Amino acid sequence: MKKNEVPQDKSNLESANFKELCYAVDENGEYTTVNSSGWTPKTIALNQAIEDINERVAAAKNRVLNNDVSPIEYYMEYHKMDLGILSSYVGMWQWRVKRHFKPNVFKRLSTKTLKKYADAFDVSIEKLKNIELHEN
Amino acid sequence: MKIDFTHHQSAHCENGVVSNLMKHNGFEVSEPMVFGIGSGLLFCYVPLLMVNHAPAITYRAMPGFIFKRFANRVGIKIKREKFKDPAKAKARLDENLEKNNPVGLQVGVYNLLYFPDEYRFHFNAHNMVVYGKEGDTYLISDPVMETVTTLTDKQLEKVRFAKGAFAPKGHMYYPIAFPKELHLEKAIIKGIKQTCKDMLAPVPIVGVKGIRMIAKLIRKWPKKKGTKVANHYLGQVVRMQEEIGTGGGGFRYIFAAFLQESSKILGNQKLSELSKEMTSIGDAWRDFALEASRIYKNRSPKTDAYNQVADMLDVIADREEQFFKKLRKAI
Repeated sequence: MKKNEVPQDKSNLESANFKELCYAVDENGEYTTVNSSGWTPKTIALNQAIEDINERVAAAKNRVLNNDVSPIEYYMEYHKMDLGILSSYVGMWQWRVKRHFKPNVFKRLSTKTLKKYADAFDVSIEKLKNIELHEN
Repeated sequence: MKIDFTHHQSAHCENGVVSNLMKHNGFEVSEPMVFGIGSGLLFCYVPLLMVNHAPAITYRAMPGFIFKRFANRVGIKIKREKFKDPAKAKARLDENLEKNNPVGLQVGVYNLLYFPDEYRFHFNAHNMVVYGKEGDTYLISDPVMETVTTLTDKQLEKVRFAKGAFAPKGHMYYPIAFPKELHLEKAIIKGIKQTCKDMLAPVPIVGVKGIRMIAKLIRKWPKKKGTKVANHYLGQVVRMQEEIGTGGGGFRYIFAAFLQESSKILGNQKLSELSKEMTSIGDAWRDFALEASRIYKNRSPKTDAYNQVADMLDVIADREEQFFKKLRKAI
């Protein structure tokens, strides 16, 4: 990549007001660094991944409102977690966390256990129980 | 309290922290030099492991390896500490800042609030330098950022004790002993030799063979997984390749810069030629990303398009195989 070929496309970096560093060669063939505001192929890939997450969150929300699963699944998807990450945040085995996805099991959880989930998701227990209070 | 520390932006966080800490201690070592000596370049597909619901692929060595190898090969001693208790981790950090010693920290990205939201994933092997503290606020030099930034003690504790794969556990590190003079020649040769060995490894998921494996999988994805999932997977390959920190082209440009610098240090003209070749391979990776992005942008269901990008990867694999064989002979 030549110095003047380093892409300066619009990207999500703009919101945080920073440019990333790229390596490119100058007119004399010497390597140098150039700041880049973004590259469209990459931005599309990233947007697609975000879209995918949003779809997962929306689907989880519907399942919770239908009482198919407990709110834990919604918050897990919202925080871009999977079962492994969530179980390490709350310090419980994966099978236990998975069991808490069942609405009936969730209803009978102790305050102590609920608190663990609330802390992991950074919400109050009240919000943990009722996802409609959670802002989107 | 603020330590006199100069922030230099780098492409990749781990090389950047090492390079910045070295410069702080009076050794001019560039980012590509750290990357090359630490044998940072790699290609690896990790079967069965899923990251963000897509296959795990990496273009570089495991987190922490670059620094470890760099330190061993140039003869620096590093002190590393991990903690169970956040309060202890904080006390040790404060102690070091008190002693005018800037330290490197391993942190999780998800709660780094100065990153754009879209970039905040559960990735736990990010690195930064803390170079001071004012009240409850820590002064942070994050090498991928253009300028320095800050985090409150609560925010810093959260990222230092992020959970999941590669959980940092408050990991803190800093160099404690340096050689009198830095001799890079031997270290460079060791670094290059290992990169050649890794890239030509007779293991189906590593190096050149790993690239061919991914090409084979890409051909299968649309039929096996459907267009939507195939596009998601392909997007992940591109994201891993062009992510912040790669310097473009899946680290190939940084590696080319390293070869160029090394050719001057070793007085080896062949490395300069090979640097040009690597730049051109980097361009081929960029072209692959561009073609791949056309597929998931148009959501085109043509399986032919997947075969086309897979062909591009096969060509890259052939070129890299030739390249690393030549590189092995050149040193």
